[in-house]
Amino acid sequence: MFILVTMVFFVMRATGDPITAALGGRLTPAQLAERITAAGYDRPILVQYVEYLGRVVTGDFGTTISDNRPVTQILVTYGGATLELAFYALIVAFVVGIPLGMIAARFRDRGQDALLRVFAILCYATPVFFAGLLLKLVFAVQLKWLPVAGRASTRAELELQFLPNPTGIYTIDAIATGDPAVLGDVLAHAVLPAIALGLLTAGVFLRLVRANVIGTLSMDYIDAARSRGVGEVRLVRTHAWRPALIPIITVIGLQIAMLLGGAVLTETTFEWKGLGFQLAEYLQARDFVAVQGIVALLAVIVALTNFVVDVLAALIDPRVRY
Amino acid sequence: MTTTSTTPARPARPLVDRIPVLRQLRQSVGLQRGMLVSGLILTGVFLLTAALAPLLAPYGFNQLRDESGAFGGQQPPSAEHLLGTTVGGYDVLSRVLWGAQTALFVIIVAVILSIVAGVALGLVSGYLGGWLDRVLVVVCDAIYAFPSLLLAIVMSIVISGGQSSLVGGILAAAISITVVFIPQYFRVIRAETVRIKAEAFVESARVLGASSARIMVRSVLPNATRTLPLILTLNASEAILTLAGLGFLGFGIEPTAASEWGYDLNKSIADVSSGIWWTALFPGIAIVLAVLGITLVGESLNDLADPRLRSRRRAAGPVGASVPTSVVPGGTPASTALPESEARS
Repeated sequence: MFILVTMVFFVMRATGDPITAALGGRLTPAQLAERITAAGYDRPILVQYVEYLGRVVTGDFGTTISDNRPVTQILVTYGGATLELAFYALIVAFVVGIPLGMIAARFRDRGQDALLRVFAILCYATPVFFAGLLLKLVFAVQLKWLPVAGRASTRAELELQFLPNPTGIYTIDAIATGDPAVLGDVLAHAVLPAIALGLLTAGVFLRLVRANVIGTLSMDYIDAARSRGVGEVRLVRTHAWRPALIPIITVIGLQIAMLLGGAVLTETTFEWKGLGFQLAEYLQARDFVAVQGIVALLAVIVALTNFVVDVLAALIDPRVRY
Repeated sequence: MTTTSTTPARPARPLVDRIPVLRQLRQSVGLQRGMLVSGLILTGVFLLTAALAPLLAPYGFNQLRDESGAFGGQQPPSAEHLLGTTVGGYDVLSRVLWGAQTALFVIIVAVILSIVAGVALGLVSGYLGGWLDRVLVVVCDAIYAFPSLLLAIVMSIVISGGQSSLVGGILAAAISITVVFIPQYFRVIRAETVRIKAEAFVESARVLGASSARIMVRSVLPNATRTLPLILTLNASEAILTLAGLGFLGFGIEPTAASEWGYDLNKSIADVSSGIWWTALFPGIAIVLAVLGITLVGESLNDLADPRLRSRRRAAGPVGASVPTSVVPGGTPASTALPESEARS
């Protein structure tokens, strides 16, 4: 985590100072120089680095150049949206990936398995933004079942504005308003982005569950259970499933990184105003302080989730010890 | 993908068996063969399209008008423009075809760069060990755990400041992708090197007075490259996806410099909301087919390489037992359904 923050800092600074990048061409060289001195970008890079580290440790990831907001505030405002999206996507991934993976393992090398494996590869081969656009085209534009983009309709947004302590997680906020119409509206907006992002991960889960269940199905104790007359379905559901769970949990940790990367694309596709959407906006505005801040922040999140997952794995599997 | 342990010395095989893909093709049976063959076909089509784009495409990728005047924006598919035109007034079919070429260039540059860098670092790190090894391992692990797209974004800012010409754009995209891939090659090669280092022939080379560099290149390297083709195919497909992702976020290649699928998809977001489907559908399908083809080849090769992996993994005793596959190394097809059905009946 420390290494990542360091790398991001040096790599980003290698491009030159952020003020020129963001405002160059719009200000005279003299004005630019003044701004650079004011922000301290003309000092030796190591001095800047130590100062930056000090600020990161105290939770200050810098202030954006284009609209002058602290990066941590962006996290507070938009983090909830990304969290919500990632959460729904994970649910989709579980609901789709795990049962299908078990089915594929059960019918190994037969028709169902072949179909499911191709489906898994398709999930991986389809970029999330293309999947998102297709879903939009079919369900939002052609069938008009679901909203095209955004996190809530204007009316619901307005209602959410009046909440005393908004969490930024619209589902929770909507429940807080006590208005079922708002909740329905918010959920309807979440369906397509969650499916688009969730399918990507579902493919990974499907393959993983399949491989691991097949692995455990070939163990001796499964044969023993089978010889005792345990049914095939029960074999997969109870006997082979548990041991297969451990590697899955480890991989979920790795998937969080992928989900965050995918969230950037999904949020851009659906104008879902979360961290990823903001990141894309700042990229367009060439505001690299903001980009650096958000990326460093995401690095911290990834590192933390990986740690939590490692602990979880150790709790579940007695063989893993640290 | 995770092949890291020993191969016992094998007797020399006939030449046909040693050509990489051909051997696997001969080994494969049934479903596996179907996947491999369809993957090869799709990949072939992709390569051909990339090579022949100038001949196949009816218009240039940045052509806005012909003799009869401007194409006009967002025209639906017609005889003149088989797949319609984009919001910017480009011919969709032409841009899809030219896009294959851009993707191929980026794959080639990215894969070559990351192999060279990853293999060199892995060799040195694994062979010399010490603090350099430790630092490199930690750095690579950090990169590996990070969302690859974000990393590619950061790199592309560094390399091109976000704006790109044709060569600059392709290079920037390729290098951005390279940084993401280096850890994968690094890990595999390093693990192999650490293993090979302990073998007797390395020892004897050292006794004979060969320099470290010579041992690395002549003795270790040839024995450590076994799994490279596999990572290569998987990375090639990832390279397409990363390139498209970069393009989608506006870090791809300018539309006047070259055609790029991700960029076209980004421009089509607004079209989709108003029901214009052709600008989004076709570049997207192109990406899916290209990635699908290469992934199918990579997956099949992976599965076919697995039986040896499995036995070794089990010996090591970790949790993630791998998929038993439908073939054994010698090429004798073994019905995989057999163990189960046998036990069942």
